[in-house]
Amino acid sequence: MTPLLQTAVELIVAAGLVGGGFFALVGSWGLIRLPRPMQRLHAPTKATTIGVGAALLASSIGDLPQGGTISIQEWLITLFLLLTAPISALFLAKTLILRGEADPDIPDSGTGQPWATLGQERPDP
Amino acid sequence: MLKRLFPHPYLSLTLIALWFMLVNQWKLGSLVMAIILATILPLMTSAWWPDRARVRHPLRLLGYTALVFWDIIVANFQVAYVILFIPRDKVQSRWLTVPLDLKSPEAISLLAGTITMTPGTLSSDMSACGRALLVHALHAPDPDSVRDQIKSRYEARLKRIFE
Repeated sequence: MTPLLQTAVELIVAAGLVGGGFFALVGSWGLIRLPRPMQRLHAPTKATTIGVGAALLASSIGDLPQGGTISIQEWLITLFLLLTAPISALFLAKTLILRGEADPDIPDSGTGQPWATLGQERPDP
Repeated sequence: MLKRLFPHPYLSLTLIALWFMLVNQWKLGSLVMAIILATILPLMTSAWWPDRARVRHPLRLLGYTALVFWDIIVANFQVAYVILFIPRDKVQSRWLTVPLDLKSPEAISLLAGTITMTPGTLSSDMSACGRALLVHALHAPDPDSVRDQIKSRYEARLKRIFE
């Protein structure tokens, strides 16, 4: 690997680490700063997308300047985050709606049916 | 016969790819293990996923993924701006109702996931009949444009891929 390419990769790694740290920090700051529960739910979706994604990109190519190879295990972590984060966020949102702690004035669904969480209670399966 | 052995071919292919990412090296032994897992896991879970997912244009999913990744990056900067610079009482959080044209459950799950992962919007609930999504927007002075963007940018593409 030529020295120029080596420097370029090191720059990308540094940018990934600093950028990822910055967005994770912004996400955490949003968690403190935003007043309502539904708004706070937006913060974790940020820290997992760019924050973790950029840090994992840096980790994935971090061995290249020392003659290593690109590691693809990090992509797996990103993939699992992309799969699980929306589901946990949906669970939290549904819990907030059910307990009446979400933002008020939820609009009508426009289909003649209620929202699934607020619909009539189903018997336990 | 082949259909009964592999009830979800896409799931099987995904599991093979996942296993190779997990072991992080290319060896024949890993391929054997990957094929064993790709056979057993879909068979054991097929009771909870009876219908075969139909993807009309699997290759277009790659383009969709690239679009979503780009949007995640752009939207992150927008939300960082909202968190850092807009005064707390000026943040206009809104609920939106997104009526759905999609019918396939896989496509709707993908749309809901996309909405949540692009920061600034969060899919929160679905109507009991499955024809509308409840979306929470962190800062949307113009909720109608957010809804139109979700419909034209993501839902129309998913409809072309799945239906």
